[in-house]
Amino acid sequence: MTLLAIDGATKKFDGLTAVNEVSFGLEAGEIVGLLGPNGSGKTTLINLVSGELAVTAGSISLNGQRLTGRRRDQIARAGIARTFQLVRILPSLTLIENVTIPAVFGPGRRTVAEAQEVALEALKQVGLSEMATASAADLTYIDQKRLELARALASEPKVLLLDEWLAGLNPTELAEGIALIRSLKESGITILMVEHIMEAVRALCPRVVVMNSGRLIADEATETALRDPHVIAAYLGEGADA
Amino acid sequence: MLLTTLILGLVLGATYALLALGLTLQYGICRIMNLAYGELTLVAAFLLVVLFKSFGLPPLVALLLICPAGYAAGWCLYTVMMRPLVQRSGARGRLEVDSILATFGLLFLIQGGLLVVFGANFTSISYLDQGVSVLGVPVALNRLVALVICVVAGGALVAALNLTRWGLTIRAVAQSPGSAPLVGIDVNRVARQGFALGTSLAATGGASLAMYQTFSATDGVVFTMKALVIVIMGGVGNVAGALVAGVALGLVETVVATAIDPGLTLAATFAIFLAVLLWRPNGLFGRRS
Amino acid sequence: MKVLLIAAGLAVLACAPFAVSDYGLGLLIGAVTYVTLASGWALFSGPTRYVSLATVAFYGIGAYTVAVLNEALPYPLVLISAAAVGAAIALVVGLSTLRLAGIYFVIFTFGLAELVRQLITWFEVNVTGTLGRYIFLDLTARDIYWQMLALGAATIGLTAWINRSRLGLALRVVGDDEVVAAHSGINLARTKLIAFVLSATILTLAGAIASPRFVYVEPAIAFNPTISFLTVIMALLGGANRLWGPALGAVPLFLVFEWLSANFPDTYPIFLGLLFIAVVFALPDGILAGLEKLRRRGGEVRA
Repeated sequence: MTLLAIDGATKKFDGLTAVNEVSFGLEAGEIVGLLGPNGSGKTTLINLVSGELAVTAGSISLNGQRLTGRRRDQIARAGIARTFQLVRILPSLTLIENVTIPAVFGPGRRTVAEAQEVALEALKQVGLSEMATASAADLTYIDQKRLELARALASEPKVLLLDEWLAGLNPTELAEGIALIRSLKESGITILMVEHIMEAVRALCPRVVVMNSGRLIADEATETALRDPHVIAAYLGEGADA
Repeated sequence: MLLTTLILGLVLGATYALLALGLTLQYGICRIMNLAYGELTLVAAFLLVVLFKSFGLPPLVALLLICPAGYAAGWCLYTVMMRPLVQRSGARGRLEVDSILATFGLLFLIQGGLLVVFGANFTSISYLDQGVSVLGVPVALNRLVALVICVVAGGALVAALNLTRWGLTIRAVAQSPGSAPLVGIDVNRVARQGFALGTSLAATGGASLAMYQTFSATDGVVFTMKALVIVIMGGVGNVAGALVAGVALGLVETVVATAIDPGLTLAATFAIFLAVLLWRPNGLFGRRS
Repeated sequence: MKVLLIAAGLAVLACAPFAVSDYGLGLLIGAVTYVTLASGWALFSGPTRYVSLATVAFYGIGAYTVAVLNEALPYPLVLISAAAVGAAIALVVGLSTLRLAGIYFVIFTFGLAELVRQLITWFEVNVTGTLGRYIFLDLTARDIYWQMLALGAATIGLTAWINRSRLGLALRVVGDDEVVAAHSGINLARTKLIAFVLSATILTLAGAIASPRFVYVEPAIAFNPTISFLTVIMALLGGANRLWGPALGAVPLFLVFEWLSANFPDTYPIFLGLLFIAVVFALPDGILAGLEKLRRRGGEVRA
């Protein structure tokens, strides 16, 4: 059944339509890639789903429950977690504190003691449990990314939104990152991931949705999409007929 | 009566607009919220009085000295005080609070200095105070001179920002300080220029204010407040917005002072400020987010 | 152990009025008042980093409520009314300004005290026709000291409790990154509002308790902006994020300013300004953090 339903989502900034009547759904347990050239509206769409921006028209619902019109924290509590394109950690807090927060305030509404166990588990999952009491400000870039993922996981979300989480990693780190996301799949979580690295998309996402200039231009199996002339044209520019 | 209020409001508004322009430049380009801005204005105002009374220098000549002196003072201030804070801040958020607190200290430092030198009494000069008839309303000539100064200085700046290559550089830094270095802009230099220019505008505003208004050493905070309100009304970093909002505020203040009670001008300023913040948090002319 | 130590310290402070002169008691009251103000200010502004310059707005509202009601109601009710008025105003101010970016909040609070002062002055002159009011309450300096000490202790106790609660955690996240806070499920408006109202209520109560010392109250006295500035600099000097930081900053600075205003009344603002700048440059996170850094560095050298 459809867990996350996006129905005619539209976002206009002054004159510009960044997301234009986009509709698709995510089945429970699915990992779907969200592709498209730069400026095609992917991050805006993520922002619409997570409530960072309000839709101009259309609706988004989780499990039949309407998310549009609700505040960011309400959407987070409904079970949507996200990472950010430009990594955002809480620098004055320790790792374990960073990760405890969504477990306390997220859908689980756990007590601080329970939340710390959840947080430690999430840190273990991303391989940071050894540094739990270190300050988040001292982390390397890859570890910051890991921390952000752990934070999203600790909220025990129904849907996880990853905004280019794999960007900027070297080949070894990328392989680790892909393995990490694959391990999440086994836990039954539903993921929508914005990604430019095709290697990762092929490895992780059986299905992709593709955006161009704010519109959805494809929603199909990954292998089909990557051979789809519309998709190729979108990546190479309007003029190129591939 | 109404016309008198309008014209007096326009003059006051033009001075406010010029002051706000300097503040919005400083914040827009350097991300430094300068709470000592009003004190810098006052220093210029006192300087004009001293030059006039003790050295017999005509205010319009004094202005030619004060304007570049303000630039130099701003340049030094940025280099000595702000630059270290900018360098230290690195990550987001830190600089705003640090600069507020540091310029807050500067506020007291200058205010204390002014109080020691000039005392707490009101000061004014009598300069060109004969009336001229404007549309049948008698207006003191000094106010008209101040209006012209503000229009010329403000207009020149707006033109420079919009028409010159230098203005383009400034606007680029204001838009995106992070990516300006990518196109070969020395952000530090531009920020220093912006801060100095802002201080120069503060000085010009202060000097022109001194030509027609009485003031005292403790008035700086009020100038800062008003300039801030105008900046926010106009939209932070928005030059045209600051001009319109400045004139609007001058008009509102004059109307409230003549029609209701002079003791409520600041309350009126604040009421407008709150209304704008609640209605359009990005300023009257800012983009809606 | 720690609790015992604190209780013993509090007991010593409570007995202090019996051992000092009237002048000494005056100093004690002043010091405890600023400890309360700085700690109350830091309750909200410390973790959230929303720098509020409105301390004296609430302090003055407290003093003024007492001045208006002191003959009409019994004293405990006067205090409760003052707290209620302060909380109500904080609620309105908070609801309208806490949604805004930090910089707007600073600017707004910067002018709030002046706005309240102008409105009260205008109201008193035009409506009630009295500018100054007298406070005749049967309270000794010792009574005031004990009340303020109790409020100060309660403030620090409340802060300690909040620091360990969900609210404290949420406030720290808000201070670090509001976007992350919201996407972690934290209700930003409610979190900030609760802390702001609590903090403002404490500041109002401090003004109400201190006001009988003035005897004569008028807007220019009750809304003296220096109080706001001193509160901020004290909390920052000690470390606004630490439980004991504001108290640690308040005591020495209060004494220094007492001395300065007695001996250098004219150049006093200059010293205040220099101190502000010095704290921002030399001790950006407060004395406590500075000491820790120093100790850590010392440890590294030895190791």
